[in-house]
Amino acid sequence: MTDLRTSFAGIRSPNPFWLASAPPTDKAYNVVRAFKAGWGGVVWKTLGEDPPIVNVSGPRYGAIHGADRRVIGFNNIELITDRPLDVNLREIKELKRDWPGRAIVVSLMVPCEEKNWAAIIKRVEETDADGIELNFGCPHGMSERGMGAAVGQVPGYIEMVTRWCKAHSRMPVIVKLTPNVASILPPAEACLRGGADAVSLINTVNALMGVDIDLMAPWPHLDGLGTHGGMCGSVVKPIALNMVAAIARHPATSALPVSGIGGIEKWRDAAEFMALGARNIQVCTAAMLYGFKIVEEMIAGLSEWMDQKGYARVDDFVGKAAPRMTEWQHLNLDYVVKARIDQDLCIKCGRCHIGCEDTSHQAITSMKDGRRHFEVIEEECVGCNLCALVCPVENCITMVPLQEGEIDRRTGLKVGGHRTWLEHPNNPLAVDPKPAKYAGD
Amino acid sequence: MLDRSFGGATLGNDAGGHLAANRISAEQCRENFKDLQPPLDSNQARVAAERCLFCYDAPCVTACPTSIDIPLFIRQIAGGQPVAAARAILDANVMGAMCARVCPTENLCEGACVRETAESQAVEIGRLQRFATDAAFASGRQFYRAGPPTGRHVAVVGAGPAGLACAHALARAGHQVTIYEARDKGGGLNEYGIAAYKTNDDIAQRELAYILDVGGIHMEYGKTLGRDFTLASLQAGHDAVFLGLGLGDTNGLGLGEPPEGVVDAVDFIATLRQATDKTAVPVGNNVLVIGGGMTAIDAATQAKLLGAECVTIVYRRAKTAMPASQYEQAVAQVRGVLIRENLMPAAIESRDGMVSGVTFEPTRSDGGRLIGTGERVTLAADHVLTAIGQVLRGTDLAGSGLALEKGRIAVDAERRTSLPGVWAGGDCVAGGSDLTVAAVEDGKKAAASIIAALAAMAAVAPLRAGA
Repeated sequence: MTDLRTSFAGIRSPNPFWLASAPPTDKAYNVVRAFKAGWGGVVWKTLGEDPPIVNVSGPRYGAIHGADRRVIGFNNIELITDRPLDVNLREIKELKRDWPGRAIVVSLMVPCEEKNWAAIIKRVEETDADGIELNFGCPHGMSERGMGAAVGQVPGYIEMVTRWCKAHSRMPVIVKLTPNVASILPPAEACLRGGADAVSLINTVNALMGVDIDLMAPWPHLDGLGTHGGMCGSVVKPIALNMVAAIARHPATSALPVSGIGGIEKWRDAAEFMALGARNIQVCTAAMLYGFKIVEEMIAGLSEWMDQKGYARVDDFVGKAAPRMTEWQHLNLDYVVKARIDQDLCIKCGRCHIGCEDTSHQAITSMKDGRRHFEVIEEECVGCNLCALVCPVENCITMVPLQEGEIDRRTGLKVGGHRTWLEHPNNPLAVDPKPAKYAGD
Repeated sequence: MLDRSFGGATLGNDAGGHLAANRISAEQCRENFKDLQPPLDSNQARVAAERCLFCYDAPCVTACPTSIDIPLFIRQIAGGQPVAAARAILDANVMGAMCARVCPTENLCEGACVRETAESQAVEIGRLQRFATDAAFASGRQFYRAGPPTGRHVAVVGAGPAGLACAHALARAGHQVTIYEARDKGGGLNEYGIAAYKTNDDIAQRELAYILDVGGIHMEYGKTLGRDFTLASLQAGHDAVFLGLGLGDTNGLGLGEPPEGVVDAVDFIATLRQATDKTAVPVGNNVLVIGGGMTAIDAATQAKLLGAECVTIVYRRAKTAMPASQYEQAVAQVRGVLIRENLMPAAIESRDGMVSGVTFEPTRSDGGRLIGTGERVTLAADHVLTAIGQVLRGTDLAGSGLALEKGRIAVDAERRTSLPGVWAGGDCVAGGSDLTVAAVEDGKKAAASIIAALAAMAAVAPLRAGA
């Protein structure tokens, strides 16, 4: 039986699935429903100073839909909580009393003055919440007022505010990072210098969801004007994974606990984040799209997979994939794969052919002996994976590695050896170029 | 004279059986005859459209007799442009609206769809085609105009799918067209020969109006070949002639003069289609439909929908050999029509001049040859609809000298007949599949050939005097 209990920056929860600071955690009513549904913890919707901010009373959200009208990208221009601080703090205190076994972390965002942070932290501590999360991530609205992503984009500010918070709090301090930076490493290192106990990422990505080409205005718009928002949902998962991996494998930041956020919808998404080093995960969009019940699939799916793999505890697999993430220059240029089409599974849609024919390497037939037939021409195939990705049938097209000593029919050369770009003779900067293993055969 | 498969009892209620109108209420009639497949709303259409994989050299296009660019029009629907999608459809098949409703798609485009292969669930091409063409008709957009006049004049006989498709293409090329139509309405079988629940909202006439709106096509209604004019007179008065006659006659049972209550299914369907009040069309309580094609299905299903208690299709071969597709058979069956196979009509039973049943001889197939077993089975009936095939009407082409093949007009790949200057297409030509979509393709092919021939003629022959 697997044990899903986690301890994140010293905060215990019965499972690694937390709700991220966002509309689902804005008030007690929602959070009670979430706890009843099984969520291990919540990060309360970001608190600010009174008087409360004012939200727009028009569309806060936009979306991009995939086939079947599923939302694959979601966008918001909502601000932090618009409820009085007192009300939020009272509810947090009551909930922590009623649900002592669940994690309650409080997200915070106040102006960049030490006294402001000290004041709000003092009040949060009175709730017995488990920790605080510094919202340095929201890219819209609040950033125009010098908060949110405006802090998260300047490592010096991150370090400064984090240090204040550590100085004024007995609680663990998690810093939530914005992806709207050239590299996530300087912000992560700033968190470390400031003494952060952990980081959570990613917050939303700067985005404009569409254009109303009748009105000639951004979509969605409010009274004719639009503004950029923060995008989340499935489409941002790859951005988040890359950033989590960057922190996990950088020597200076690899020890920093990471809470993974970004497009997590099912257990496998969570497992992927955790394999790259996230010690727990946070979810918002999927809950907004499908309701809190989705956590049941996450818990059951992760448990089942861990059972199958023999992982007794979450820590047994956290970070296991991170060491295999590297730079391009370390990839093996002597490794050769070829696409292979399973003719029994092929439904003859021809998508592999036309993609390869029009845009790539002309390596897939469309006819054979006068019949519609799609087959890889190994002499042309560079193993790029395009055909396998466009194929609508799972596992119909697979990428098969050539074995040591086999002839690559594209180059006519024997396959084998291991050379990276750093060792490749074509690299003018190679210090010690290596010849091909089978050169001269 | 026992029906052994029903435990010795003759099937149906022959006591008190008679033809009667008003078996159902007006409300029930509306419910029964509503769309067989309801139109997709815009969200349903988008979801259905996004299932299309946009195949390369798509099998559905290959399977369509008119080669509609199906992946393209579906992508246009997915892109929110159904009217543009309609243009892609109508460019290839000007009767795309009707074909969307009546094509046996499970044997054509949808049967070839790779998602049928992958998931036994084809993309709903027919319904999407209807969505697009409905949108175009609703928009009032006319995509086509008659071309600059060439001074050439073509006669088209028959305003069915073949004739209309041919006339439309000729008009677009600038040729003046006169269509001679025996009935007082155009559309051919689309107007007279297809079940009402597939042709709601007067679609046949709306499509006809759209086609004629191109301009340059003159209609002569009530003009019958062989009665009001001859092929020779058409040839003399026009630069080319296209024959889209259809099949004006039906096969009889060949069992003597039928008693009252034995009706041609084609006439029954036409009557129902033309009725302003369908409930007023008389139908028996115990109906036998003899035949195995689409006409049999449409007649039987509609008889059931009109309130007949018991409707049975009787086919002389096995069900699997029925020309009607499995989907069409199911349409009839789920509405309560019974299909009986391997029974060949042997005698019509009557009482007081009214039909009372049909006696059949059971059959079996021996290497494709149908063999009667010599036994007899009688099924009671108060209404018998015969749907055992349509044939060219003898008077249509008498003395014309046109070469026939298997009782229909012989044509080449360009739909040229044996007579110079005379083309033909649709059900009246040999080798056809008796489908609207195939007739449209015949019309298109013939028009292309006529246009080429007239262009060649322009180089050598002067315009006809007075043209």
